[in-house]
Amino acid sequence: MNKVLMSGNNIIGEAAIRAGCRFYAGYPITPQNELTEYMAEHMRKAEGGVFIQSESEVAAINMIAGASATGARVMTSSSSPGISLKQEGISSMAACELPGVIVNIMRGGPGLGNIRPSQGDYFQATRGGGHGDYRTMVFAPATCQELADLTMDAFDAADKYRTPVMILADGMMGQMMEPIIFKSPAPRVYPEKFMLRGAGSGKSKFIRGLLLDPIDAEEHNWKLARKYEVITEHETLCEEHNLEEADMVIVAYGTAARIAKGAIKRLRDHGMKIGLFRPITLWPFPELKLRALSAKVKNFLVFEMSTGQMLEDVRLALQGYAHIDFHGRPGGAVPTPAEFANVVARLYNKRD
Amino acid sequence: MMTKAIFSGFGGQGVLMMGTSLAHSAMSSGYHVTYLPAYGAEMRGGTANCTVAIGNEEIASPVASEPDYLIAMNSPSLFSFQTKVAARGIVFLNSSIISDRPSRSDLTVYSVPCGDIAQDLGNTRVANVVMMGAFIKKSGVVTPEMYLKSLETIMGSRKKGVAEVNRKAFAAGFDYIKD
Amino acid sequence: MAKIIFQKPKSLKEKIFHYCPGCGHSIVHRLMAEVIDEMGIQGITIGVPPAGCAVLAYNYFDVDMIESPHGRAPAMASGIKRMLPDRMVFCYQGDGDLAAIGLAESFHAANRGENITVIFINNAVYGMTGGQMAPTTLLNQKTTTSLAGRQTLLDGYPVKVSELFSQLEGSAYIERCMVNSPAFVNKTKKAIRKAFECQKAELGFSMVEILSACPTNWKMNTIDSCQWMDDVMSKVFPPGVFKDVTKATKKAAEVPS
Ligand SMILES: Cc1ncc(C[n+]2csc(CCOP(=O)(O)OP(=O)(O)O)c2C)c(N)n1
Ligand code: SF4
Repeated sequence: MNKVLMSGNNIIGEAAIRAGCRFYAGYPITPQNELTEYMAEHMRKAEGGVFIQSESEVAAINMIAGASATGARVMTSSSSPGISLKQEGISSMAACELPGVIVNIMRGGPGLGNIRPSQGDYFQATRGGGHGDYRTMVFAPATCQELADLTMDAFDAADKYRTPVMILADGMMGQMMEPIIFKSPAPRVYPEKFMLRGAGSGKSKFIRGLLLDPIDAEEHNWKLARKYEVITEHETLCEEHNLEEADMVIVAYGTAARIAKGAIKRLRDHGMKIGLFRPITLWPFPELKLRALSAKVKNFLVFEMSTGQMLEDVRLALQGYAHIDFHGRPGGAVPTPAEFANVVARLYNKRD
Repeated sequence: MMTKAIFSGFGGQGVLMMGTSLAHSAMSSGYHVTYLPAYGAEMRGGTANCTVAIGNEEIASPVASEPDYLIAMNSPSLFSFQTKVAARGIVFLNSSIISDRPSRSDLTVYSVPCGDIAQDLGNTRVANVVMMGAFIKKSGVVTPEMYLKSLETIMGSRKKGVAEVNRKAFAAGFDYIKD
Repeated sequence: MAKIIFQKPKSLKEKIFHYCPGCGHSIVHRLMAEVIDEMGIQGITIGVPPAGCAVLAYNYFDVDMIESPHGRAPAMASGIKRMLPDRMVFCYQGDGDLAAIGLAESFHAANRGENITVIFINNAVYGMTGGQMAPTTLLNQKTTTSLAGRQTLLDGYPVKVSELFSQLEGSAYIERCMVNSPAFVNKTKKAIRKAFECQKAELGFSMVEILSACPTNWKMNTIDSCQWMDDVMSKVFPPGVFKDVTKATKKAAEVPS
């Protein structure tokens, strides 16, 4: 297996194509332009591959919805403001049970914000984002290797549950390069009966989200809800780092978790027993695993590049069984491990 | 071991290539490595910089808060980054176009007239490779053989001449630094 | 006392532009500021900059301005103008902003005959995001998302916004100009003035499309960029007046009853 050095944005593109993605639509936005550009170059080279530079993100998400209905593996990507525009389409895909992968390389917000790495879109990603009673699965990679692996996994999950899946990373992950190895993707499993390819001589079918009869709509909502329950039960992922004998656990994801690891290393050298709990799926949130930790650990510190969003999920998971502190750096600011170590050390020394 | 370096200059000086080639050779040498370019609006008006971190274990942040090395290809880069360099860090200056010197006295400075050396070799575009020769000699983060191999991989084998010119440029920079 | 023959327009702030050398945005900013000064409307002008290289235009224009999401400037400007009909309201938009993501907003603002002025910078690429294909990218023009050059089969055709919008009954004044020579720069200034005058006379939607160089993403030097605009770009986007209701009303008045 060959190691390659690629940027995060390009890795997502390459992993998608290797996973069999054959339709991509997107609209330029920093800091994910390299992904759109990668697809422009490579998608058209892949057999049967289609690339469209859409006129807007609204158009892009609807283009992938259409291509998904025909049975293709599909992807679109953008960054925060563009993801806001996609919400209408994501809600529609969830309603129509169309698989697809949506990549959000987050930047500073709200509004146009800035183009620095940020984690301000956690609520939007994990709470559904658009209108209606639905969820999207959210993968939050923290290394370039995970970008490659989770992108492939996202396509499988999308097919398995016939639902939109989001990759939530940030500008730093999109821009940075690290050596990685592409795994070989599993063969695709997606029954033809879900594909809309023209009835031929058979019976015609339709895909819809509009259910005017409230009883039908209610049943559809419960059906989706049961699916989300299955996902919650089977699909949570997390990394537990240095938890043995920890007196304090940092909860962080993505880039923030990398910084936390750097800080933990420094503080362990000074004898402070600090561990890291890193959710890899943000929805479903690894709630039970985190709650189980509270039997041993009484001090948690949530660290996010936002004013505190995952914090709410941590509170829900710990249910008051442990003390929770929060440290946030919103708006595109990325602290160094040394800076963050100072914050952690102060809280560690004050713990009960 | 953990080494961080910032490469900075005008767009068109091949600054990002300096970073990617180093990162690639660090990967080939079996190290953990991250590479992070400046991006987006920062590039308007024509500047470029990137950071490379190389270590024996997983690298936490690709941002170089206190780089051990600054490789400045133009004066604005020297002024932007000299305050960030770690205590007793090392600065490489493209002395063909930088007449200023760092205001900090704890830094070791290597002035490499890489623009002039490249011109003597008949190709001003390889000034960046000349500088890499000097940097690899002094820092020793990777072997010259490994670096040249990565350089070739990155530049592609499109033109045979290119590899030859790069080799010469690298050697000239390497030899410019006396032990 | 020495006679002042050249100075910074009052409607520009004391700020150095962040635009690349040779970029058309800087020239157009100055022309607009001169027009605003000459018309004495600095205090009643409200501008809406785009998402694009000119996103920071409020750092340069010394008039009231409000940022809009990408492409939505004409919608925002419509809201502003309807509430404040006696102000001068302009949008400043790039080709991605106006003709891709914001086509619906600009099209319908023009069709409603919103009494606003749109300054439309056509540089045939997405500048800010690093040179991707724009709706106005020429056939065979290479960009970072049309690596082999724009192909009709895959990417369609360059959108001719002035020609299109001149067909809408709500539009009052539509002209296409260039800023690649002193003579053309002067002509562009006259067009901007005319567009603002139309708004002042409450004639409806006015737009000046300005062919403008992006040497950075065209990967050309400034001189070649200007030449390319003459030789290639202006052949696809011919300059000229596409709509002028002031002429039509004059003509109608001349017709004997
Ligand atoms: C919803 C949304 N999508 C994408 C972007 C990113 N974006 C900023 S400017 C721009 C296009 C700029 O091109 P153009 O309008 O031609 O103006 P120029 O920079 O060339 O002046 C894009 C795609 C954004 N800000 N918001
Ligand atoms: S990228 Fe192009 S449009 Fe943007 S400032 Fe530079 S020259 Fe002007």
